[in-house]
Order: sequence, then C-alpha cells, then structure tokens
Amino acid sequence: MPAYTLRIRRFDPQSGEAPHWDEHTVDMPETQSVLDAILKVRDEVDGSVGIRCSCQQAICGSCGVRMNGKPGLACNTHLGEAAERGHGVGWNPPEEGQVAPVIAVEPMGNMPVIRDLIVDMDAVHWKKIRRVTPWLVNQQPVPEREYIVPHENMVDVTQTMACIQCGACVSDCLAMEVDPLFVGPAALAKAYRFVGDPRDAQHRERLQDLAEDEHGIYDCTHCFNCIDACPKGVDPMSQIMRLRRRAGSDYEIEDRNNGYRHEHAFVNNIRRNGLLHEADLLPDSYGGKFNPRAVPELIGALPTAMTALRRGKMTPKTALGHPHKAPAEVKRIFEKVEGRSGRVELNLYVTGYEDEPEATGGGQRETATAAEPNAQGRPESVGAGERQPAAESLDADAVASETGTTEGETR
Amino acid sequence: MPNQDVLIIGAGLAGQRAALAAAQAGATVGIISKVHPVRSHSVAAAGGINAALNPEDTWESHAFDTVKGSDYLGDQDAIEVMCREAPGEILWLEHAGVTFHRNETGHLGTRAFGGASAARTYYVADITGHAILHVLYEQLMKHSTQVDSYEEWFTTDLLQDDDGRCIGAICRNLRDGHLEVFNAKAVILATGGCGQAYKPTTNGLIVTGDGIAQAYRIGAKLMDMEMVQYHPTTLAGNGLLITEGARGEGAWLLNAEGDRFMERYAPNKLELASRDVVSRAEQTEINEGHGFPDGTVALDITKVPRRRTLEALREIVNIGRDFAGVDITREPIHIRPGQHYIMGGVKTDVDGQTTIPGLYAAGEVACVSVHGGNRLGANSLLDTLIFGRRSGEHSAARAIQTSMPATPATRVADAERYIAAIINRDGGGRRVAAIKHELGETMNQYAAVFRDAEGLATAHEIIRRLKEEAPRATVDDRGSVFNQDVIGAIELGYMLDCAEAIVIAAEERKESRGAQFRTDFPKRNDDVWLKHIDVTVNGADVPEVSYSPVTITKWEPQERTY
Repeated sequence: MPAYTLRIRRFDPQSGEAPHWDEHTVDMPETQSVLDAILKVRDEVDGSVGIRCSCQQAICGSCGVRMNGKPGLACNTHLGEAAERGHGVGWNPPEEGQVAPVIAVEPMGNMPVIRDLIVDMDAVHWKKIRRVTPWLVNQQPVPEREYIVPHENMVDVTQTMACIQCGACVSDCLAMEVDPLFVGPAALAKAYRFVGDPRDAQHRERLQDLAEDEHGIYDCTHCFNCIDACPKGVDPMSQIMRLRRRAGSDYEIEDRNNGYRHEHAFVNNIRRNGLLHEADLLPDSYGGKFNPRAVPELIGALPTAMTALRRGKMTPKTALGHPHKAPAEVKRIFEKVEGRSGRVELNLYVTGYEDEPEATGGGQRETATAAEPNAQGRPESVGAGERQPAAESLDADAVASETGTTEGETR
Repeated sequence: MPNQDVLIIGAGLAGQRAALAAAQAGATVGIISKVHPVRSHSVAAAGGINAALNPEDTWESHAFDTVKGSDYLGDQDAIEVMCREAPGEILWLEHAGVTFHRNETGHLGTRAFGGASAARTYYVADITGHAILHVLYEQLMKHSTQVDSYEEWFTTDLLQDDDGRCIGAICRNLRDGHLEVFNAKAVILATGGCGQAYKPTTNGLIVTGDGIAQAYRIGAKLMDMEMVQYHPTTLAGNGLLITEGARGEGAWLLNAEGDRFMERYAPNKLELASRDVVSRAEQTEINEGHGFPDGTVALDITKVPRRRTLEALREIVNIGRDFAGVDITREPIHIRPGQHYIMGGVKTDVDGQTTIPGLYAAGEVACVSVHGGNRLGANSLLDTLIFGRRSGEHSAARAIQTSMPATPATRVADAERYIAAIINRDGGGRRVAAIKHELGETMNQYAAVFRDAEGLATAHEIIRRLKEEAPRATVDDRGSVFNQDVIGAIELGYMLDCAEAIVIAAEERKESRGAQFRTDFPKRNDDVWLKHIDVTVNGADVPEVSYSPVTITKWEPQERTY
C-alpha cells in the first residue's frame, strides 16, 4: 500500500496564529479518495481538522477543496490522481528525496476561509447565485397538468441542473480573481438553467440583465478553468457562451458592454480575412475606425499598439493594410453554416461519450426540432449547447452523420 | 432570540417542503439545518418518485402495491392519503421547475420500479432527489422574505413547557459556537434517518438520527424501528448506492455462476420484486456460496442499451468509474445488500403530529406508517413531500390558535454547560470514531438482513456498553468556530439511542415480516404480530415497549409473493 504525505492547510481564527501546514503520513491504496485520507487523520489522530463532507459520492457538494493546486471534490479525487499533479505546494519532484508523494489540501480560492478547509460560501458563491433570480418565473397560464416540453430541452437543462453547488468553479475563476464582482461560472450556469427552460417566461429579461451588467456574461475570459474544475460535467463556461449566443443571436441584445458588437466584429473579421486581423477588431467592435465611439478606445489602445510596433509584432503595413484575404474554403464554411435552418449544437452531456461506437443520429441536432417561440416569434433553439467548436467549424454535418459525437468527455 | 410560528429542524425535502407549505399558509417560518440545505441527504435519492398520474393508472393500485410492499404493516389510511395526493404533488413540483424526464410527446415520462404494478416512477435522470432538492431551494430563495433560513446551525435540545408541549429548540451556530433559543408555536422535525448507526451504509455522514433521538429523549413514541431497509444494490467496499433505476431500466442480477437467480425467488417480478425480497435473495445466494469471493453478486447493466444508460443512469456510470473502477456500460458490477433506509421513526399521524403536543415529524425521521415493514423504491421522496407539506399546513393552522411561548433563560445555561462539558473532557476515553465504528459493524452484523435472538442480544449488550463509554469519548477540538468534533460526540449519542431502539424492537418482533427476517421465527404471524411495536423511554433511560394496531381499510393481509 503506498504511503502519502498529506499536507493539510490549517487555520483557526481563534488561535491568533497564521495559517500553516499540518503534515501526516497515510498508508492507503491509491484508489482511495483524498477525503478518505483526511477522515482517517480526523478519526484516528486529530479530531479538530475542519472540512465539510457528507455523502462521499460526489453528489452533496460539501467537500470542495484544492488538491495539489486543482480544485475539486475531495471525495471523488483518488489519492494517486492527486499525487500525480505536478504543481503548486504539492509538487512532487523525485529528486527532493521525499519519503512519500505529497498531497497538499487547501481551502478553495476566491472565498474567505472560515476555518481549515471550510470557506464562506454564503459570502461569495450563494450571493452570486441569488443575483441571477434563481427560480422559475412561470410561463402563463400555468397549465392544469404539466407543461408540454420537448424531451431534448429537459435533458439539456438537466446538465446545468446537475450542478451540485460545490464552488470548485468559483474557486479558480480567473475573471473573478480580477473582478470580484463577476457573477461567475456557477451562477451563470444557473442562469442558463432558466434561459434554457421553455417553461420560464423571462428569457429576454434574464439575458438583457446579464448582458448589460458589466460583471455579467461578457466578463468571462474563456480561460476554461471552470470546465476543468467542475466535477459534474456542467461545463459552466459553455453555458456562459450559450447565454451570449442567445443574447446576441437570438435576441440581438446590443449591450452597453459592447459584447454583442465585439462578437459580430470578430465573425465579420474572419469572414473577410480568413485569419484574425487584430488591428481591425478593436475599432470594428466599436462601429469602425471613424465611429466616434471607437476614437477613445483607439486612443486608449495606443500604448499597446506602440509596444507591438516596437517589438515587431505589428508593422504599419499589417496594421493598416489587409494582407490576408479569406480563401474560398472559409467562405464555404460560412455559407454552409449560415445556410442551415437552425443552429448546430453539440452537447456531449446529452449525447454520451466519444468512444461510443453505436451512437447514431441525435448526437448532434439541428435545432429545428424546437418548440416555443421567443419574444420575437422566432424559434428558440433547443437542445444542447456548443461544446467543441473545433470539430463543429470544420464540417459539422459530416461529423454528425458519422458518429454523432466528437471530442470526448473523458472525465 | 428568534420567535417563529413554525420552526423546522432539517432542510432536506421534507423540511423545505414543510417550510414552503407553512409560509404559504401564512405562518412565520424558521428552518434550521446543520448543513447547508442542498447538502441534505435527500440530494442522494436517485431513482425517482412514485405517483399514479397516468390516466390508465389509479391511486388504488399504487396504494395496494405500497400495502403489499409493506408486508401489510403499513397503516392503510395513511397510505391512501399519500397515494391520493401524489399526482398533485408531482404537478406542483413540475410547475415549481423540476426538470422531470419527458417522453416523445413532451409529456411527463415514467420508468419502472420495484414492487410496482405499473411504471409510475417520475424521474430526472438518476439525480431525482438532487433535482427536486435544488428546485425546492430555489423556491426557498424566492420566498426568503417569508422563511428565515438558519444554515449550519446544530440543534442541541428540544424545549418543552411544564405541560409537555414542545415550544422550540436550542441551537448552536456552527460558525461561532453560540447558542440561541428558538421559540416556536410548533416544531417540525425533518432530520432524516439514522443510517450512520450502520457501517457500511448508503447514507451520508450527516445522517445520524438526530431528530429520532431528540424526540425519543423527550418522551415521543418511536414506531417500527426494527424495520431497517437493506438496499439490494450497494457497492461492496464503501456501501455506495447503485440506484434501483438500473434494474428499472432492465439490468439483471447474476450470481457468480452467471445464474439469473431472481427467477427462483420472484418468478414474476424478478429483479423488480420489493427490496426486502431481493436483498434476502442476494444474501441467501452469497451465504450459500454462489456469490463472488468478495461477498457480492453481480448487477449487469450492460443489458440496458448504452445510450440509455449514459442518458438516464449517468450518475452511477460515474460512481462505477470513480469508486469501483468499473465501466458499468461494458461489464457487470459487484454489489450486495447494504443499509439504506429506516422505515421506523417518530410515530406520527397523517398530519405529522407526534405523541408530543406541538411536535411534528416528517420524512425519514417519522413513521406515519406508510412503509410498514418495507418501503417501495421511489416512495420515500413522495413520503417526504406529502407529509412535509401536510405537517407545514397543519402546524401553521395550529400556530394561529396558539400564543407564543417563552423559554426560561436557565435552559440556555444548561445547554451551554452541557456543551462545555464535552469540550472540556479530559480525554482518556476511546475516540468517537472508534466507538462509532464498533457500533456500525455490530449493527451490520446482527441487525441486518437476517437476524436471530442470540445475535440481537449480543448487539444489545454491545450497545449498552458503548452507551456507557460514549460520554467519555475523546474530543480534541477545544474551539468554538466550526467545532465538528463536539458535534460528532453529540451525534454519537443520537446514533446509540436509535440503534438501541432498533435492536429492542427487532428482539421483540418474534416473526418475519418485511425487512425483519428472524431465522428463528421464519414465518409471518398475523395472528400475533400484525401490530406496530412502539418504543419509548421514561426518565430513567430504560426503554419500554408497547403495541399499537395496524389500520386496515381495504386490503386484508394475504400471502405475499412477487
């Protein structure tokens, strides 16, 4: 049985001492969980180790912690898996001659620590959940029996419903680290749970609210940390992107954060150039170089432009001219994608796993199956969100007809 | 000192449903939970919730299945109430936002479940409890002006006035350790069962029988405590639950020889016989040497189409992978019966009233009794919601006619001294975890699927010894911020009380019925034992046994086969 050095971050606000590390050696199989090891220490050695935990099967969401630098649930992280992670305070270089691989367990980030591994989720996580009107605002009239809703919609929102509110995504959200007011991954995923639910009456209002909030959907920086952190496959960032797509494409909400115009500028930029022409992106996001709104942004960006010129990352020629022209293949992709009746949505939560050979059809859905018209009388897209834009962008139809799935969810 | 019309202790499905119902009825409501509400163990309920909502189905059919499942120990008036009100409750949940599975026409879809004569289990993949619990919490956030939620507060005492009426509770704020008196015109216990008295168990670490023991200690009657459900499909090592939904979707049970043994035990319902029957069949196979060397049989989920498994049984795919290293879509997984649920609890009527005035109970903590000797799968969520709501409504109505009680300040001082005494123990005793471990193994050995007089007597003896030892158990933590050590010491006492009541009732019932199988009395004996066993304690901590009749309305006891 392998031995592990379990380092636990300790903090007791009553002691007057600074946080410190406690160290214990535990002999346990590598397939036991980090929580098993912590509880062994608590049961047999030191009953004062503070950690929330209950179900031990990754459903109650209590035991969110950081293990060797990565956030997750202590109960479904194997000791062997945690020990292999090679960074942070649990770094395990063999040359240091450690007796046993180190597993360092710390409280989650972005939230104040109450004691040891226990953080104040009310102060951050739940406050943000409350921010997004986290309950169904019923479509009227409420039917006598159930609402009639397509199967796909219910499976789709079940992905965000599967969130256990553990806080792992909040812990390592980089945007929240910079902007503590950012609504954040968990709460925005919760928002999608209602925006994707055809029984909710306030899709537009919710989207408008979160698009106009400068700490809302356009505050996310696409760092993928929340997707890595989530132990339940909720993929918060994907849900944020779906909120943006609904806000921008379905409801055409032109927000004051310029998120809508920026995304359109981006798409048009690629359509024109084939590759991203950075120098146009900023002014186009504000309506073009000569738009009065763009002028202060351009002036503000001058120092960055000067640095880029000095370092040779940009030349006056590349800045002002358009050396690339979109090749015909790019044009064909645009034509193909825009020629569809509905949006192609990929959602491996709904469709299964990459190695699933027998999957046919239904893996990707053209969204024309949809139901409920939105406020503008257009069909709301149904079913799943985009997950794997790389596969989608090449030839989504071909992928769909072959296997129904693409990149795998392997967690 | 918060004053409430209705104070609810426990914020799982029963507690939250009670809070919403009481608030709806116009009462001021406080809800207290030792964990954040969404951590409550209702979150782990997987398979679904039963209701005769399809036009072809009838509540009478649901009720009969439940009566038969209970081995005729369930009170039929209560079962009728539950099954009649079930369809309305499903629709209430649907309108509140639960993302129930839909069929091809967009209507609510069902799956098959054990012991049921129709597919009447409504579900959200295999996270039904989780989905409902989180939706109820959404509603609690929506109604936060009407319901005060005290999250991470631990109840140490139930308060009574001189007439024995329950008038509130004393609770400890886990964040800073301070004690507070909560006065209330009515108190609803919704603290769940006591699975942690067993090891292994499918229940979470928080499921320590708090409410059962607290009510018992102030004189409430406990009923049907001998009826402890072993779930047929739990993982060998850690006792984690594999949902009955797997068998509902078509999975088979196989012994080590590849024999589908349920054909011999329940030729009609096979894997979907009621849980006591399936667990006994498995244990018999294992005991007779037809199991695997690790003391298990196999659950073969590869019989279910893989796509369907990935969509509808996603959680157990993860559990198989993370906790057993098995891809359940490709190979059978080893399982065995494991402690899962207690049918017994604090005796209540159909409005949740216990034998203590002003004290209600709902959910697993309570015994109405709708489950009798054996609970059907997917009836527990229904029980929590129906009787949670009814308790909330009834207590709110009661509160209107009652004046706000006051608690003498000395009670807080007593509670403070009690806690301080635990924190200041001088050590020297065994560790809390060691005592708890011995208790769990004892119960799992002697008060499990098969029982006999000798084993139960041994268990009782061990429990008495542990009860004497527990007050000296070592506590390391001297602090007041999130002192989980002191809570663990208190919970140990609760589990010991529950365990003793279980063993006493199991010793008393000299027959085999439902989950109670006595190898020394292997037959059901309706002439003598068609009655509930009630357990109470008097002041001297000596349990007393009494009986109460089983209510029979429509369905006379018959032989029970599946």
